[in-house]
Amino acid sequence: MISVILGSLTIASGLMVVLSKHPIRSVIYLVITFFFISAMYILMNAQFLAIVNMIVYAGAIMVLFLFVLMLLNLNKEMEPETTRMSLFTAVIAGGTLFLVMITALRDTFQYGKGYVQVPVQDAGLVEQLGKLLFSKYLVPFEISSILFIAAMVGAVLLAKREKQIID
Amino acid sequence: MEQLNNIGASLDFYIFVSIALFSIGAIGVLTRKNMIVLLMCIELMLNAVNLLLVTFSTFFGNGEAQIFVFFIIVVAAAEATIGLSILIMAYRNSKSIDIEMFNKLNG
Repeated sequence: MISVILGSLTIASGLMVVLSKHPIRSVIYLVITFFFISAMYILMNAQFLAIVNMIVYAGAIMVLFLFVLMLLNLNKEMEPETTRMSLFTAVIAGGTLFLVMITALRDTFQYGKGYVQVPVQDAGLVEQLGKLLFSKYLVPFEISSILFIAAMVGAVLLAKREKQIID
Repeated sequence: MEQLNNIGASLDFYIFVSIALFSIGAIGVLTRKNMIVLLMCIELMLNAVNLLLVTFSTFFGNGEAQIFVFFIIVVAAAEATIGLSILIMAYRNSKSIDIEMFNKLNG
């Protein structure tokens, strides 16, 4: 029951991200969505990911978005208009995507019936994940640090003010 | 006797939520003209994928999917940083965050 409530709240706040006109409200609704998703992770006994999701997504990435929003000082009249035609087309396209994916996964639905209770898993605990991460997935883990350095240097280089190049 | 964990809903419900979130994100990417909101919709789609991966990880007792979620979070952080800095540069050049601004790249 609680997961049904959580799921519908997640979908509702995800809808509000897209529907709300003000970008800051979108950010707030997205943070709320991430909190609900974290709650679902806890429900599924993936505790490490729930914490990481809250710290990294809601804590770091969303604050970055908020910083940029405040920095650019956007007000209501700067908000670009969405035409009715594009909204209509996008809703049809998104609905079709939804239907196609639901239909494609219908066999999985048959499988999932009566699977409400699953054995308790310790796969999501820090110990298990750490053992996996530092043995089998050690090389991707190290490569991700190179990715972060590249992203950091790229962000600094892109956002740096260079008058000559811009003029 | 094996200890059971009640996660409250069957697999199909979680798949439904995840696909719905992904479609909502896709609709947002297609409709919104504001570049920041567009990036946020991409984050929403990434989170839908994460939710699906964690769901299957729980149902099949395999921790490797959660490692993939971890890497997706890493890539999402890098992507958000680069996307926002590109956005700041575009805003400095044209004083607008309309995604249509990039049509000027057409030549």
